Amino acid sequence: MAVAGYAANQAGTATVARHEPYVEAPIRAFAIATVFWGVVGFLVGVVIASQLAWPLLNLDLEWTTFGRFRPVHTSAVIFAFGGNALFCTSLYVVQRTCRARLFGGENMGWFLFWGYQFVIVTAALGYVLGVTQGKEYAEPEWYVDLWLTVVWVHYLIAFGGTILRREEPHIYVANWFYLAFIVTVAMLHIGNNLALPITLGHAKSYGAASGVQDAMIQWWYGHNAVGFFLTAGFLGMMYYFIPKQAERPVYSYRLSIVHFWSLIFLYIWAGPHHLHYTALPDWAQTLGMVFSVMLWMPSWGGMINGIMTLSGAWDKLRTNPGLRFSVTAVGFYGMSTFEGPVMSIKAVNALSHYTDWTIGHVHSGAMGWVGFVTFGALYWLFPRLWAKKGLYSEKLVSWHFWIATLGIVLYITAMWVSGILQGLMWRAYDELGFLQYSFIETVAAMHPYYVIRVLGGVLYLSGALIMVYNLWMTVTRGESEEAAALPVASAMPVPAPAE
Amino acid sequence: MNLVALQPLFSTLWVVWFFVLFTGILIYVLAPKRKRGFDEAGDIPFRDDPRDRLS
Repeated sequence: MAVAGYAANQAGTATVARHEPYVEAPIRAFAIATVFWGVVGFLVGVVIASQLAWPLLNLDLEWTTFGRFRPVHTSAVIFAFGGNALFCTSLYVVQRTCRARLFGGENMGWFLFWGYQFVIVTAALGYVLGVTQGKEYAEPEWYVDLWLTVVWVHYLIAFGGTILRREEPHIYVANWFYLAFIVTVAMLHIGNNLALPITLGHAKSYGAASGVQDAMIQWWYGHNAVGFFLTAGFLGMMYYFIPKQAERPVYSYRLSIVHFWSLIFLYIWAGPHHLHYTALPDWAQTLGMVFSVMLWMPSWGGMINGIMTLSGAWDKLRTNPGLRFSVTAVGFYGMSTFEGPVMSIKAVNALSHYTDWTIGHVHSGAMGWVGFVTFGALYWLFPRLWAKKGLYSEKLVSWHFWIATLGIVLYITAMWVSGILQGLMWRAYDELGFLQYSFIETVAAMHPYYVIRVLGGVLYLSGALIMVYNLWMTVTRGESEEAAALPVASAMPVPAPAE
Repeated sequence: MNLVALQPLFSTLWVVWFFVLFTGILIYVLAPKRKRGFDEAGDIPFRDDPRDRLS
C-alpha cells in the first residue's frame, strides 16, 4: 500500500531505535479490574432489577435499599467497569500508536491504577452508608471528588506526556478521542462538583449553584458524561481495536477526523434535553433539542466508518467472535444514537421522560455499545497482554456473545413496552377530565416487564461470567508466545499494513 | 457601551466564528491533496506490533 513510501521516508530520518519496553503491568491490572468491576456492576444491576420486581429483596435494611444500591450499580458499570476499560485501553493504545513508552513509566501506571481503585471503593462505601451529593452520576461527596481530581490530572499528564514524546509524527485519531475524553471529563467533574463541605471533618457539602442553574450544570455534566466518557472514550477504543481485529485500516481516516470535530462541536450543547418542561427557559430546552437532533449526523458518520472498516472482510465476523462483539457494539451505537435524538424531541420527550423508556435507551447504549466494545477489546487484549498464542476458547466467546445479545434484547424490549405503557397510562384522562389511572395501577401494570428485565440482566451477567472463565483459563492455561515476539517501543521503520 | 449591551453581538459572532472554524476544518481535512497523507495515518495501528507485522 501507499504506506511503504511514507515509511521509507521515515526510515531515512529515524534515529537510533530506543528499545524501551512499553509499560504493561499496570495495564494488565486495569484489564483485570475491568472484568472484576464489570461482574460486580452487572450483579448489583440484577439485584436492583429484582428489587423493583420483588420489593421484599430490599431486605428491610437501609444499606440494601434500592435508593442506595442504584448509584452503586450505575457507578460500578460506568466509572468502575467503563473507567478501568478506558484507562486500560487508552494507556495501551497511546503507547503503541505513538511508539513511545508511557510518560512517568511503571510508577505512573501503578499510581493511576491504585488511585482510581481507591476512588471507586470510597465512592461505593459512601453510597451504601448514605453519603451522597444527590446528583445523578456525580453522587460522590467532596473528599472523593478531590481525590479523583488528583488522579485525573495525573492521567492527563501521563497521556499527554506520552503523546508529546511520540516517535510517530501524526497523532492517531483514537488518541484524539481519548484526549477529548480526559480533558472534558476533568472540566465537567470540576464544574459540577464545586461545593463547600460543612467542615473539613464532615462528609456533607453544599453545592455552589442552586435551583435551575444547579439543574442545568448537573445535566451539562450528566449528558456530557455520556458524550465524552461513554462515547468519545469508547470511540477511541473502536478506532484502534476494530482496525486491529479486522486487520485493515479504518474505512476513511478523513471521515474519522470529521467525526471527531463534529462530535466535539455538537455534544457539549445537548444537555438541556434532560430538562424539558421544567423551570429551565424554553429557549435553552429548544437549544438542547436542536443540538441533540444534529448529533445524529456525526454519530452515524462514526458508525458507518466503524462498520465499513470491515468492507472486504465480512467473513471475519464468522471466524472471529471477538470482532463480532466490537462490530455489534457499533450497531448498538448507531441504534441508541438514533433513539436518543428522537427522545430529545420535546413532543416525544413528553411521553418518554421519567418512564422506563429512558432506562431502556440507556441500557441499549451501555450494554450494547459500551459493554460489547469493551468485551471485544478485552478478548483481543488478554492474549496479547499475557503473551499467549490465543484465547482459551473461541467457542465460549460465541456463547458469551449470543447469551449477552439475547439478554440485551429482552432488557430493552421489556423497557420499551413498559415505558410507553407507563407514559400512556400517566397521561390518560377519562371523559370527566380526571386521571384515568392511579400511580399504583401503573406500577402493577409494569410488573411482568420488570421480571423480563431481571431475566435479561441475568443472561447478560451469565455471559460475563463465561468471559471471566475463558479469560482466566487463557491466562493460566494458554500456550505462551515465544519471548522474542514481545513488543518493544522502537522506531520500527518496517511497515506492513494488513492488506 | 457596556458588556451587557455587547452580549447579543458576541453571541452572534460566536456562532459565525464556530461556523467558519468548522468549515475550515472540513476544507482542510477533505482537500484532495491531503488524502494520501491521511490514508497513511490510518495505518499507524499496524506499525508497532511485531506479531501483527509478521501476519
